[in-house]
Amino acid sequence: MERSPLFCRRAGTGTGFLELTFFLQQMINGVALGSLYGLIAIGYTMVYGIIRLINFAHGDVMMMGCYFAYFGILMFSLPWGASFVAAMVLTAILGVLIDKGAYVPVRHAPRISALITAIGVSFLLENLGLVVFGGRPKGFTTPDMFAEVYEIAGLMIPALVLWTPLITLILLSGILFIIHRTKAGRAMRCISHDMETTRLMGVDVNRVISITFAVGSAAAAAGGIMWAMRYPEINPLMGIIPGLKAFVAAVLGGIGNVTGAMLGGLLLGLAEILLVALMPEIAGYRDAIAFGILIFILIFRPTGLMGSKLPE
Amino acid sequence: MILLTAEALTMRFGGLVAVNDFNLHIEKGEIVGLIGPNGAGKTTVFNMIAGYYTPSEGVIRFRDSVISGLKANRITKAGIARTFQNIRLFSELSVIENVMIGYHCRIRSSFFGATLRLPLYRREEKMMVDGAMKLLREVGLEEVARERSTSLPYGKQRRLELARALATGPQLLLLDEPAAGMNPNETQELLELILRLRTDYDLTVLLIEHDMKFVMEICERIKVLDYGTTIAEGTPHEIQNNPRVIEAYLGEVQRA
Amino acid sequence: MDPNHRRNQLLSIGGTALLAALLYAANSAGSDYTIRILNNCAIFIILAVSYNLINGVTGQFSLEPNAFVAIGAYTSALLTLTPMEKEISFIIEPCIWPLSVISVPFAVSLLAAGIVTAFFGFLMGFPVFRVRGDYLAIVTLGFGEVVRVIANNTQSITNGPLGLKGIADHTNLWWSWGLAVLTVFLIARMVRSSYGMAMKAIKYDEAAAEAVGINAFWHKMLAFTTSAFFEGIGGGLLAHLITTISPTLFTFFLTFNLLIIIVAGGLGSITGSILAAILVTWGGEALRFLDEPMDLGLFEIPGIPGMRMVIFSLILIFIMIFARHGILGTREFSWNWLSGKLGIGGRPR
Repeated sequence: MERSPLFCRRAGTGTGFLELTFFLQQMINGVALGSLYGLIAIGYTMVYGIIRLINFAHGDVMMMGCYFAYFGILMFSLPWGASFVAAMVLTAILGVLIDKGAYVPVRHAPRISALITAIGVSFLLENLGLVVFGGRPKGFTTPDMFAEVYEIAGLMIPALVLWTPLITLILLSGILFIIHRTKAGRAMRCISHDMETTRLMGVDVNRVISITFAVGSAAAAAGGIMWAMRYPEINPLMGIIPGLKAFVAAVLGGIGNVTGAMLGGLLLGLAEILLVALMPEIAGYRDAIAFGILIFILIFRPTGLMGSKLPE
Repeated sequence: MILLTAEALTMRFGGLVAVNDFNLHIEKGEIVGLIGPNGAGKTTVFNMIAGYYTPSEGVIRFRDSVISGLKANRITKAGIARTFQNIRLFSELSVIENVMIGYHCRIRSSFFGATLRLPLYRREEKMMVDGAMKLLREVGLEEVARERSTSLPYGKQRRLELARALATGPQLLLLDEPAAGMNPNETQELLELILRLRTDYDLTVLLIEHDMKFVMEICERIKVLDYGTTIAEGTPHEIQNNPRVIEAYLGEVQRA
Repeated sequence: MDPNHRRNQLLSIGGTALLAALLYAANSAGSDYTIRILNNCAIFIILAVSYNLINGVTGQFSLEPNAFVAIGAYTSALLTLTPMEKEISFIIEPCIWPLSVISVPFAVSLLAAGIVTAFFGFLMGFPVFRVRGDYLAIVTLGFGEVVRVIANNTQSITNGPLGLKGIADHTNLWWSWGLAVLTVFLIARMVRSSYGMAMKAIKYDEAAAEAVGINAFWHKMLAFTTSAFFEGIGGGLLAHLITTISPTLFTFFLTFNLLIIIVAGGLGSITGSILAAILVTWGGEALRFLDEPMDLGLFEIPGIPGMRMVIFSLILIFIMIFARHGILGTREFSWNWLSGKLGIGGRPR
């Protein structure tokens, strides 16, 4: 997957300096990839924390976000900044609509029904994508600001690789602010503890859940757009693999915990990039690494790094 | 002969001490009651004995072998069966199937033998059906054997759960609030049933119950828990006159 | 015991004979198209009924069938391909010894597919059943991905992304339906035995099941391994029906189709799985026009690839919202039920 010309390549081998440069470049690369996993994982972890549902469709929501941005630039000739923000808003609305349309009706059904519904929604989005957008990948234009390549101390670093963690950090702070400093955030934390009691205390639970979906989906859109610039193309099935890996990141960090999700994402990103960099012969197995890690955590530390509880 | 001993059992959940330094000896054939206000840690004690929790500290011995830390199904196989506070039947299965399942852990037929219905399995299946019918007769449910278990009225569900526990061939029976939700008539019938089953099946019984009349009548020995600590132990007569017990219960009335 | 046992046995034998007659008729008079659909139906019955064993009967919601089918398909295909064919196919890296020289009859390869897949299922079960619920779903889904990635990368065993071509088309109506009947017969018997009862007990209340002495982990393993065995055989049949396999064939898409089938039929009902397997396979064919260009004489509507799956996804969501128990819930077909419905014969039990 790591074939984009935007990205750092192995500069060369031989001297110790080059080895170090190579290692640093890979680290930076890993952090950039990891922040994307983290951003997407936030949506999983927030939704799971509040209604105990693995939102299978989350990766596909991310995909939709990319298409919104794509059409914003292409069809409505919006400036890329405006287009990205509009895409985040639209994706947030999509997230809320999915909850209202598909998940609310099964809220009180057995957990498995909700999970199956989520799988159905995931497939619906993917195939709607195929029908509406077509199966052929579309090139995603990267704004000049992100396309530049800086040379810093012998490292060739694309601007996007620097911007990604920065934007992620800003969004993460925003989300943490919402969770810890606003009324809606306090309600979210209450609901994740005990939904019925929170309802009895007069909190509009459904509204709070909608906000959760909105925030999580918007974060996924942001992650998706950066993902799209990275590769730089989009297709209707692009959400599957990042979605799965982001879920692993959420479990790695301890599901339900937003900071944990980000840490899990970074760890996963670094692990993937470094393992492949150190052992190029396993490059083909890259997509399996995340699941190897997942199985490993579930066996040895089922509560994840930040130690939230596993569900019954 | 001592059937079960619990020595210095302590159970902690995070910072909360649910049960503290709990000791218990049960002689074969006894009926022992475990009482105390709500949240005193009675069910936690049951869950430790039945293998649902591993005690944070302490040891449980059953017939001279240590069972604390074993998984629930191993403990059942060793000869301790239980019922649950909120009845837990296998909802979609019929009444007789609920009881037959109790025999499953004792059959010798392999998975393949059962699938291919080899002669051994056929004999064992007959044993299961006959045994289950016999137990259903014991508890007065033979008429409804083919019905769905959850379609039974409450009192009958309790008795079905009892039959299911008996099917595992226990020596020690743990009953978690067996009389809960029963009217005085049903309670009286249950009392007679338990006494009869004890003689017929050579049982020892440890039970949790809030119905004091029932407890005082059926138990030979009673242990009182409050806030995870044992506050009294003795015959029903001694317990009724124990000031600490009265205080604990009065306290509960006032708290409520 | 059931007083109508002997009658029911005769009815079952009669039913099987009727099915055989129908297959004979289809085989001699049916078009290639009909025969292909019938083959698909049978294979999907095998896959759905065995998937239902773990998801429906035992209640462990898992998403691994694509992994099992892939393992079965590759195993049996690699075993029936002749050394010569393997030498031609494996152009990037030669096939490893001893696979490169082995070639066995179809029946043996199917049995091997079942055993190898069951073995992998058994190994998978250890980490998988340490978790429950949603986590189980994700971990098993992960296994599907891992198997696909491995199939893509072990060039000298699976021929990587190129896949295997020129697999003999051994699968015919007799093989597919014969094995479907055998699978249903064996799984139904197993489910009726006390092992099956124990599996259902785990589904309804795992803690209570442990309380009656059932080793929940072990019974889940039994269900999972059995399921893997038959999924593997189904995979073998599939490989020898479509004659070309590659890793892209075994994506989550396959699992999704099976999930729709067992959910539509009613999780836990073998009869439901069979009915829904036929319905979905046939329905999938009937809806194929949606994906293909339509010629309406005067003008042509271009096909919309993906439209069929949009409809299937919507059906799944609708079932979950409005008809969670599917066609049959957990009910099963039995001759006693039929004779009761028709109001004929049969002694009361």
